[in-house]
Amino acid sequence: MEKRVKFKGILLPLLLVLPQLLVTAVFFFYPAGQAIWQSLFIPDPFGLSMRYVGLGNFEFLLSDPYYRASFVTTAVFSLLVTLVSMGVALYLAVLADRLIKGSGTYRTLLIWPYAVAPAVAGVLWLFMFNTRVGVVTWYLGLLGYDWNHVLNESEAMGLVVIASAWGRISYNFLFFLAGLQAIPRSVIEAAAIDGAHFWTRFRTIVFPLLSPTTFFLLVVNIVYAFFETFGVIHTITSGGPQQATTTLVYKVFADGFVGQDLGSSAAQSVILLVVVGALTIVQFKFIERRVHY
Amino acid sequence: MATLTLENVKKTFGKTEVIHGVDIDVADGEFIVIVGPSGCGKSTLLRMVAGLESVSEGEVRINGARVNEKEPMERDIAMVFQNYALYPHMSVFDNMAYGLKIAKTPKPEIAERVAQAAKMLQLEPYLQRRPRELSGGQRQRVAMGRAIVRKPAVFLFDEPLSNLDAKLRVQMRLEIKQLQRELGVTALYVTHDQVEAMTLADRMIVMNGGRADQIGAPLEVYANPATDFVAGFIGSPPTNFLEASSLGIADGQQSRIGIRPEHMILTARGAGRLDGHVLYTEALGAETLVHVRSSAGDTLTIRQDGAAPTPPEGTDISVAWDETQQMFFDAEGRRS
Ligand SMILES: Nc1ncnc2c1ncn2[C@@H]1O[C@H](COP(=O)(O)OP(=O)(O)OP(=O)(O)O)[C@@H](O)[C@H]1O
Ligand SMILES: [Mg+2]
Repeated sequence: MEKRVKFKGILLPLLLVLPQLLVTAVFFFYPAGQAIWQSLFIPDPFGLSMRYVGLGNFEFLLSDPYYRASFVTTAVFSLLVTLVSMGVALYLAVLADRLIKGSGTYRTLLIWPYAVAPAVAGVLWLFMFNTRVGVVTWYLGLLGYDWNHVLNESEAMGLVVIASAWGRISYNFLFFLAGLQAIPRSVIEAAAIDGAHFWTRFRTIVFPLLSPTTFFLLVVNIVYAFFETFGVIHTITSGGPQQATTTLVYKVFADGFVGQDLGSSAAQSVILLVVVGALTIVQFKFIERRVHY
Repeated sequence: MATLTLENVKKTFGKTEVIHGVDIDVADGEFIVIVGPSGCGKSTLLRMVAGLESVSEGEVRINGARVNEKEPMERDIAMVFQNYALYPHMSVFDNMAYGLKIAKTPKPEIAERVAQAAKMLQLEPYLQRRPRELSGGQRQRVAMGRAIVRKPAVFLFDEPLSNLDAKLRVQMRLEIKQLQRELGVTALYVTHDQVEAMTLADRMIVMNGGRADQIGAPLEVYANPATDFVAGFIGSPPTNFLEASSLGIADGQQSRIGIRPEHMILTARGAGRLDGHVLYTEALGAETLVHVRSSAGDTLTIRQDGAAPTPPEGTDISVAWDETQQMFFDAEGRRS
């Protein structure tokens, strides 16, 4: 039986959620409403007047090849960041799970990158891959590889993916490790006695039992790659070269603040709002049936 | 079908030795029960046979071949765990078929063997269910089924009944015994419950602090315990111990005397070997346990027939026994 406190009347409950409602109103509903409003107008170049264009901004955006390219860029970027950060994290978690001695140190060290702010992480990786003085660039040069993410689009993408994924590995690692340690040891031992070697056990027992964790992380990481990688992209590539690393969020900034096309920028924000909404629904649906076995 | 041999098997965790050398020869089809108090190393010994724990010293042989270095899957064994260790995301059928699938058994044969085991264990209606949709007893049966479909050479059980209620435990105990007889498979069974040990075992190993104090048939161990520990552990209520000196029969060799509760009788004050008074009595129906405090301060338990008259608490009485029932132990606790 669930225990619940029942409130009589509506005043007290309302009072209790009021602060949260206020915060949501000021920092979410107000700007969101403003974005929707602005997306219907085009301001003149001097910002003195606004011309109503209806859904014109949206029509223009959806037929804009740069905007559609940005969709693809975002999808590729998010997918890569999610795959890299989750793949590496899972690998490290499996190793840490088998470790008996020194696992504490190992864990602590692996958590550190999580404490580094995205922009700082971006600068760190930028230093290492700097086209003139970067350590990694220099070693790559020795190997005969000419690294230049300023000119090369896929190298630029690779670098922002690595820098964004790096900070996420810690977070994913913690969840994966907790997930692994929640699997009873005897279940693994039973599988070993049943004849399953390490890889078979991982494929048929461990990974299926981890799937709630994996799915949760998948959603969280995609949301992260979508919305929280601005700092990394801004410090490393500023969306270039040739907009190769301009994600949807970065484009809102680039078009609105740099290009001063506020109408288009607002329309892009509204589209993003819809995307977040969709992702949130997926997430909630999932949380409802978290344990699927 | 297999024989199993342990030769001076030892186990050390870090610097602590927890198994100090166990020897036993298990014949083909024999049911061996390892019994002992918590922490005495029963599970560790079993897990060394299973290959889940490395053997620090000595040798484990299955069918005469050394298996120390072999992985669990190469040993031709099956194990039933205390918490059943079923695969939670698989149906009962898949749980039982898992090992066969890995061994690349043909599909029709898998279906047939699982069906056979399910029939034997009355699991047929549940084959498509997940473990969490089963009762404790049913889960226990699935764990057994998973073990028998593979037709292993040796069955290992680690306290398989300890999560069941008392009634189900008695029932499953019988079923395990029948199953093992039917299959004729060699079994090693760990428990801390001496009743389980007495009823299941062809021979039992009584463990005490990492040593096998005694190995033998249950009744032989009961009638003839090798150490005072065994005398105290096997049998309920436990053997009564008296200092030999307090009875005036010490001769240097014999330091303690053990007498089983059913071998003592109550007599009128002065007519027995030991005077005392009744502390309290426990009437269990078929039998009555009378707890007596002797004049020397020892507490003794006497088991008498439920129909026999029971003296009220506080009555002054004497305790008598037949001299042939005395078991003598030396200072180290060994029989002398
Ligand atoms: N991995 C381990 N590392 C260190 N010591 C261990 C380890 N596993 C077991 N031990 C020790 O070995 C001894 C025997 O443990 P074991 O699990 O075999 O006992 P047991 O007889 O099965 O007890 P129980 O009836 O409680 O299951 C215990 O003292 C325990 O603390
Ligand atoms: Mg144990």
